[in-house]
Amino acid sequence: MIPLLSVRRMTRSFYGVQVLTGVDLDIPEGSVTGLIGPNGAGKSTFFNVLSGLYPPDGGRVLLAGQDVTGAKPAQLVKAGMVRSFQLARGFPKLSVFQHLMLYGQAQPGERLWAAITGTKAARQREEALSEEALAVARRLRLDHVIDNPITALSGGQKKLVEIGRALMAHPKLILLDEPMAGVNPTLTEEIAAHLLALNADGITICLIEHDMALIRRLCNPVIVMAEGRKLVEGGFDEVAENRDVQEAYLGRRQ
Amino acid sequence: MLSYLLFTLTIGGIYALLALSLNLIWGGVGMVNLGLAGFFAVGAYATAIVTGAGAPVIVGLGSALLASAIVGLLVTYGTLRLRGDYLAIVTLGLAEVIRLIALNERWLTNGADGMSGIVAPLRSTVGSQAFNLGYLVFVSAVVILMWLLLRRLDHSPFGRAMKAVREDQELAGFAGKPVLRLKLQAFALSAAVAGLAGALYGHFQSYISPDHFQPLITIYIFLAVSAGGVGRPAGAVIGAYAVVAFLEGTRFVAELLPGVDPLQAAALREMLVGAALLLILHLRPQGLLPERIQPARKTRP
Repeated sequence: MIPLLSVRRMTRSFYGVQVLTGVDLDIPEGSVTGLIGPNGAGKSTFFNVLSGLYPPDGGRVLLAGQDVTGAKPAQLVKAGMVRSFQLARGFPKLSVFQHLMLYGQAQPGERLWAAITGTKAARQREEALSEEALAVARRLRLDHVIDNPITALSGGQKKLVEIGRALMAHPKLILLDEPMAGVNPTLTEEIAAHLLALNADGITICLIEHDMALIRRLCNPVIVMAEGRKLVEGGFDEVAENRDVQEAYLGRRQ
Repeated sequence: MLSYLLFTLTIGGIYALLALSLNLIWGGVGMVNLGLAGFFAVGAYATAIVTGAGAPVIVGLGSALLASAIVGLLVTYGTLRLRGDYLAIVTLGLAEVIRLIALNERWLTNGADGMSGIVAPLRSTVGSQAFNLGYLVFVSAVVILMWLLLRRLDHSPFGRAMKAVREDQELAGFAGKPVLRLKLQAFALSAAVAGLAGALYGHFQSYISPDHFQPLITIYIFLAVSAGGVGRPAGAVIGAYAVVAFLEGTRFVAELLPGVDPLQAAALREMLVGAALLLILHLRPQGLLPERIQPARKTRP
């Protein structure tokens, strides 16, 4: 097992409360890793620190062998890690297509001078990206709403856009914070199928989810967090049998 | 009457440049710049000082662009942590600081007396009427050029990234966009355009003083951009000409009213301007030419 992402002794406090107490974990390359744990275990904070929203107080993060400890979100995207949000976020006045295009990396036309002069490189990159964006939209069945502003989409479609735009960045690793939360069962199935297909294409996925049946079906390994650190990891059944995990979720037996 | 018309159209063009500048920074990256009058002043004083020292007008225009872009960069660096209302207040303060510097640093700006005799290119050779016409053509050409340039920017990947910063700067970072660079470049370019407008104003009027750069100008430009449509360069230009037409139009309306003395008429104009802004925001909050979504380029059916 080669870890794509290694986290060592990651700590982070907010206002004197230590939320991450020393996270030590590896995400194997090519896996769909599930991150579960009771409320307040620090899963979302872990994602937030990992994706560069807050710098860690201590610890080290290696992504594909590269030290990315304390890197900014934009640098992490370049290093190959993209995230989604628990509550689907977007740019209200931009269309689905613009969201997809925006996540395309290495567009020379985002430099001021190239944008004004309209260089050939920028034009060619724009064409390539737009082909790709349309393909992603078709794949996620968003092509019929491609010119709609993101605010005009249903909750489920917004979740699909989150996944689609992450794809546009050609990530090695996608961090998904509850990709199925608040989505109807049919769409949950659809999203699950998309995730498996992406994984088959070689993208490593790490997701936070509360639907245990889904975790059981999609994820291996499953990492359980509690009290700001990793409790155990392993296959779903193995983890579910674990006495510590049961106690973390249900409380200690007297 | 003709020279009045030429004058109004030229001022309209200068307002259009200011509106393009505001639209770039406010409609583009979503930074509220209430200090527009300050950048306008920096441009005007820069060219007045440089051409006053004997440099040709073109060098004056260049130094106006440069000086206001530098001030713009300093402001953006100084206010990186501020957003929304707080940035607006700081920029409003900045414009006043610039005006007070112009008022008090007599050695540089001649203080409250203002700087007179700013070179009006070719006026002495072609005469005043021909100069006014020529200058109108020149200013209008600059407006068209600037409009084309900013529209191009608006439709480019740079414009898309800018709008992402406007909508959610944090999320733009998670999309891999260099938020800081985009803000700095947009603000510097916007400041430079406002400075250019100031320089054109200076050479047109031949005389500038701190009184010319009251915050009211900034309010007029906000009115223009709101009326025209935030986020679309064409809207800003149309809005600016509409505001100048409205400002000049109310002058006549106020005069036509019986039993109103000139002082009351002036106050009435200000009220009409305020009422117009309210009316526009109420009836057409998105402006005359609202921002449009660029449709996807469908290369295959």
